[in-house]
Amino acid sequence: MSAAQRLRGLARKEIKQILRDPSAILIAFLLPIVLMLVNGFGISFDARQVSLAVVATAPDETVRGMLQALQASPYLDPLLLPNMPAAEAALARGAVRGILVAREDFAPHLHRRGGAPAGLALDINATDPNTARLLEGYTSGALAAWMGGEVRERRLPQPGGVDLQHRYWFNPELRSADAIVPGVIALVMTMSGTLLTALIVAREWERGTMESMLASPAKMGELILAKLGCYFVLGIGSMALSVAMAVTLFQLPFRGSLLALAPAASLFMIFALGLGLLISTVARNQFVASQVAFLTTMMPAMMLSGMLFDIASMPWWLQWLTYAVPARYLVSILQTQFLAGDVWPVLLPNLAGLAAAAALAMVATLAVTRRRLD
Amino acid sequence: MSRPLARFTGLRHSFKGRKALLGISAEIQPGIITGLVGPDGAGKTTLLRLLAGLLRPEAGQVEVMGFDMLRNAAAAHPFIGYMPQRFGLYEDLSVAENLDLFADLHGLDRDTRAVRTERLLHFTGLTRFTARLAGQLSGGMKQKLGLACALLARPRLLLLDEPSVGVDPASRRELWAIVAAMLDEGRADGMGVVWATAYQDEAARCGRVLLLHQGALLADAPPETFLAPLQGRVFRLDAQAATRRAAAQRAGADKAVLDAVVEGAAIRIVLQRDAAVPDAAALGGTALRPAAPRFEDGFLDAIAAKEPQTNAPFLAPPARPASAQPAIEVAGLVRRFGDFTAVDHVSFTVAPGEIFGLLGPNGAGKSTTFRMLCGLLRPSAGSARVAGQDLLQAPAEARARIGYMAQRFSLYAELSARENLRFFARVYGLDRAQRELAIAQAFDRFELREVADTVSGDLPLGVKQRLALAAALLHGPDILFLDEPTSGVDPLARRAFWRRIGALADAGVAVLVTSHFMDEAEYCDRLAIVNAGRLIATGTPAELRERARSAELPDPTLEDAFIALVGQVPPERLAA
Repeated sequence: MSAAQRLRGLARKEIKQILRDPSAILIAFLLPIVLMLVNGFGISFDARQVSLAVVATAPDETVRGMLQALQASPYLDPLLLPNMPAAEAALARGAVRGILVAREDFAPHLHRRGGAPAGLALDINATDPNTARLLEGYTSGALAAWMGGEVRERRLPQPGGVDLQHRYWFNPELRSADAIVPGVIALVMTMSGTLLTALIVAREWERGTMESMLASPAKMGELILAKLGCYFVLGIGSMALSVAMAVTLFQLPFRGSLLALAPAASLFMIFALGLGLLISTVARNQFVASQVAFLTTMMPAMMLSGMLFDIASMPWWLQWLTYAVPARYLVSILQTQFLAGDVWPVLLPNLAGLAAAAALAMVATLAVTRRRLD
Repeated sequence: MSRPLARFTGLRHSFKGRKALLGISAEIQPGIITGLVGPDGAGKTTLLRLLAGLLRPEAGQVEVMGFDMLRNAAAAHPFIGYMPQRFGLYEDLSVAENLDLFADLHGLDRDTRAVRTERLLHFTGLTRFTARLAGQLSGGMKQKLGLACALLARPRLLLLDEPSVGVDPASRRELWAIVAAMLDEGRADGMGVVWATAYQDEAARCGRVLLLHQGALLADAPPETFLAPLQGRVFRLDAQAATRRAAAQRAGADKAVLDAVVEGAAIRIVLQRDAAVPDAAALGGTALRPAAPRFEDGFLDAIAAKEPQTNAPFLAPPARPASAQPAIEVAGLVRRFGDFTAVDHVSFTVAPGEIFGLLGPNGAGKSTTFRMLCGLLRPSAGSARVAGQDLLQAPAEARARIGYMAQRFSLYAELSARENLRFFARVYGLDRAQRELAIAQAFDRFELREVADTVSGDLPLGVKQRLALAAALLHGPDILFLDEPTSGVDPLARRAFWRRIGALADAGVAVLVTSHFMDEAEYCDRLAIVNAGRLIATGTPAELRERARSAELPDPTLEDAFIALVGQVPPERLAA
């Protein structure tokens, strides 16, 4: 009974502190809003209206038709230039990302039956390989569509070969927000969860209140349980806010279920809060604790969780390293939940990963926070 | 003798290789207040934390209530009330909520809690403030709340780590009274108290004193026994006012004299053990009269018995040309922070060669006044002239005439003594030749040559302080600012420090000192008592004491004077 009384007293204390001290509320609710807005809107792999120079020495009807077809693409912004030097200058300036060159004999070659195919050349600024590949894809896509029309209209010879019909699963519009926002939620959870406990417990050390607690009959487990319980509620609130923003503001579908999301969120929150406790116990100072919390959560969660970079395309040793980043399991679960649904063969191993991380964080915290000052 | 509450044997502890306790043994008895007495760094806090089971001793044993604190601290915790040095309560909880938390932690039922809380609130005078957040209490009230929380569970062993540091004198006495009353109540249950303090008057009132010095236990005895060997060895030497500092120095150099300190118009002298009473004229005075020994004399004697002291005179600084102009002139100085007035129309002047003290508890406005005089903070109203320069118009010129020694060691701990002095000489803009000369003189004057190449952080507290003082004086300032210069320093180092300051003043330097420590005030020529931003009284220590003299208090101390003079101010104002 007296353990229950101690827990109740400690929990009451935590709740009052949370309500009176703005920093906990700021971390739990303002930080997620800012991170979601900045990352959700800021990080995008879509390229829209990429400017492309089209050089044609003799712009005839065919070239103009092709130009119209390019203009019709939402991804391209073609610009007709008279000669190559002008186009190269524009590329060097960064005014255009690529140059499409139609030779003088482009139209005659195109319309002649048999013989060599009509020649087009595409020069691309490949400083950013991602945009370069996108430009190549968009240009060939637009040209293929235009060619199809030309073939039908002018009864040109049908080119042989394969007709590839493709369909995009889970994200038919190829919106990168759909892929990134679940990752941002994981980032938000890592940071706010860890910071909540890291800062607040470090402050107890700084102000000497931890010393009073340690000399009281309260057990270490009770101190930790009261803190975790209260900040758990706050952290889950922060999670709910992020999910709500994803669905309403970023228009993500949510195809999963609470049954799968709730255990994932809970396990991850226990891990993050435990990590924060661990950091603050070792650092015992708010400044160091916040620095360490940022370094150990934000960097791995951004780089190694699969949020920004595909884990499958990393070198093998880096892939192995990602298993040590619990955010990776959460990102995988969230992406599945938002875009695919309850795919249990994906969810279960990731939930197991999160459970292991949460257990490890708890054990480490209990081991480090002995009832001693030394 | 009853069974001891706590016992430690061969207790040793160190932090990162720095030794804090050197294998000490003693017992804590129930029914009395055991004073843990010693300067900063003596090992008081370490010993209390070991007793509370918060540290694991390197070697030796700690036993509380018969429980081994290394293996079974949890069993002893319900019997221990511990009040850490830093206010260990939740600032964003109210007074009542803090008490409730501790009641819950100790598992008090509803009725017991109500009775005890009410009683403790009444005792500590906090009844009217139950709804106030702990962070908004005054220093004295915070300490009383901490005490109430520690007393709530009726501990058998109450451990108090310097509860009275930085607290105003009236609250300091109340704290003592509360603990004494609680001990009277708990004595039947076998309660005992350990009270760590650097205040000599508190030590003198303890039932038993454990005297710690640099991690060693110098003495474990009732305070009276510290005074017994001093009978017939303490005197007041009358001297002419103008030469009293020189006379004190001359007396201090005498082989028969253990200690000589200027006190008011006279010089207080403690003789060496077994020394014959010397002639007044030989000591540079006019008459020698017996005086009552104090606890601090006993402390000095105990330290001196372990490590013989030398009172060799040091090189006096060169005298500077006399000036009729006041060194510091402050008129109607005001500083507001929002709607809080930290300094409220303060006026005073300090003459060259005068030691002037600003005396008051933490939060009285001393530091704010200081920062304005250093040109670090703009006054909201009023004027301040330093060395003839108006601080508002020529702050840089005024600052060049000031030497400043901060309360905390403010030199670079990673640099050696020589490197620190070089750095400060450059900062003060001395050229190469002046620099080398100033540093060579500082080495001689402050006896730093031996430690010139030692990393400053590793120096003992007293030496660090000499180094800091040397750095503040490198550019030969007209005015020296000292912020709580000797709080927490052992009495020996403190006296040596003040002898130096006295010599500086004799050479014509004006010295402005802030302190909350009444013992430091005795070294000042004149004092201003500040409280809650206002200057309450100015005068020599003797004059201020005189103002508190009454039938009940025939021989008031400066602290009595402080309490009497502050008495008119309502407590709400003090708490703000």
